[in-house]
Amino acid sequence: MTPLLSLRRASKTFGKGRRAVQAVRDVSFDVLPGECLAVVGESGSGKTTLANMILGVFGPSSGELAFEGSRLPEKRTLAHRSAIQLVQQNPLSSLNPKRSVGASIRLGLDVFGIGDRSDRWRLVEDALEEVGLPREFRRRLPAALSGGQCQRVAIARALACQSRLVILDEPTSALDVLVQSRVLRLLDDLRRMKGLSYVFITHDLSVVRNIADRTAVFRAGKLLECAPTRTIFEAPQQDYTRRLIAAVPVIGDDELELRERLAGGLPA
Amino acid sequence: MSDVLEIRDLRLRFRGYSGVSEVLHGISLNIRPGERLALVGESGSGKSVTARIVLGLLQELHSAEVEGGLFFEGRDLNRLGRRQWQALRGTSISMIFQDPTSSLNPVFTIGAQFAEVLRRRHPGLPRETADERAGELLRSVSINDRDRVLASYPFQLSGGMNQRVTIAMALANRPSLLIADEPGTALDVTVQAQTLKLMHDLVKESGTAVLFISHNLGVVREFADRVCVIFRGRIVEQGPTRAVFENPGHPYTRALMAAVPRITGASLPPTADSEEAFLEPMVVHDGGLE
Repeated sequence: MTPLLSLRRASKTFGKGRRAVQAVRDVSFDVLPGECLAVVGESGSGKTTLANMILGVFGPSSGELAFEGSRLPEKRTLAHRSAIQLVQQNPLSSLNPKRSVGASIRLGLDVFGIGDRSDRWRLVEDALEEVGLPREFRRRLPAALSGGQCQRVAIARALACQSRLVILDEPTSALDVLVQSRVLRLLDDLRRMKGLSYVFITHDLSVVRNIADRTAVFRAGKLLECAPTRTIFEAPQQDYTRRLIAAVPVIGDDELELRERLAGGLPA
Repeated sequence: MSDVLEIRDLRLRFRGYSGVSEVLHGISLNIRPGERLALVGESGSGKSVTARIVLGLLQELHSAEVEGGLFFEGRDLNRLGRRQWQALRGTSISMIFQDPTSSLNPVFTIGAQFAEVLRRRHPGLPRETADERAGELLRSVSINDRDRVLASYPFQLSGGMNQRVTIAMALANRPSLLIADEPGTALDVTVQAQTLKLMHDLVKESGTAVLFISHNLGVVREFADRVCVIFRGRIVEQGPTRAVFENPGHPYTRALMAAVPRITGASLPPTADSEEAFLEPMVVHDGGLE
């Protein structure tokens, strides 16, 4: 199967000379069609730089990115931009507070020329319905919606552009646990229904365990290990991964056992 | 032994342009000396306002109406004047906030801020003595390069380091009650685990009682002796941590626990269908109320 997205020895350096910071170092991995790949790591591990590189905010300093087998140019075409979309962490600040949520979703359709002009409001309402919001919500301002509803709008906006790869940058970190579980389920259902691929960036390992097919662990810009999620949690190869899992606050006795087993193999 | 903190039928209303909104509908809880009590709930449930009422901060707002009994070490807090209340803060009752970097003053060094905290208990304490004492306190939170840290501004230190500094500061005057509002939420998971362990050991050693506010059930399970689950301004379940986690009785508590993704799970947790049942009466486990 041709990977949807592939990175080959991609690096990104900010600044020059002695002040240079290498935010992403020599990273290679693939995202397959329909796959959810989790990118986990602590702050400063290069997660967001990686996302920006995939989105085309900036190109890699060295190495290559390819989408559906062809190299992604630094200046992206409209087709690339609509195919790769982003959902950010804070739903309230990622939507324009002065624009109705319908107008926010429609902007993408107008820019990428999706559907007939006369038909676009219908597409906007379809997108809202798809994420479980009433059609009439298109006239509302973000301030009139709850955090979970705003995040649904952000997801609708990403999907309305006929995207195939969605970068989810901590999509549920700002949400309460009950709302989080609904949004995660929605994301999972949409992926299966539409055959989407996700790059799911998060620091929350318990979310990763339940949604990702494969997991990539990052530290200080380096990809430490990338394997099926189950393998990462049950038989991690790196001490850092063990340490990460052993630090997750848990509520179940079976989870405590797993944590202790992993922590047991760690050097003091 | 008398309780460190007792809250009786606490009610809070905010007056705004759109009318009056009820935030707390009569919550009661007590914390015994040296006990770690967690108040756990979602955003908007009334956790943080409860902490701010205990500190006497909300009472100063014109738009807030606070009613109910507040007793600290047997003293009726409602009868305290502004100055007496101010004298309690930072000495007998101290607080740790969620984001350590923004809760420290960016224009003063850590050393100057430490001296200010110590002088609340010992006015006129010379700076050298304050630095000595600060050094000891920093050692207790595993910070060994005292001179560098005391001379630094908060933005020159990492988030984890700043959180350890705020913990050391909060415990500097040996308070009998520490209020911790989502400590560690702003930190990375490994740093959070270290910080909580450190805080746990320190309060145990000093016998400080803690009102621990959090939305993270995992953190609560590891830190608290007793748990109060709060939903829309009402406590819906309370009891010893183990009892609540092993046998949650209230529909809301059960829904919360079911919604937490597990590191041993292989599929997403189920979602709660209806919130009607969340308004059922409070469930109290043995040992939950005095």
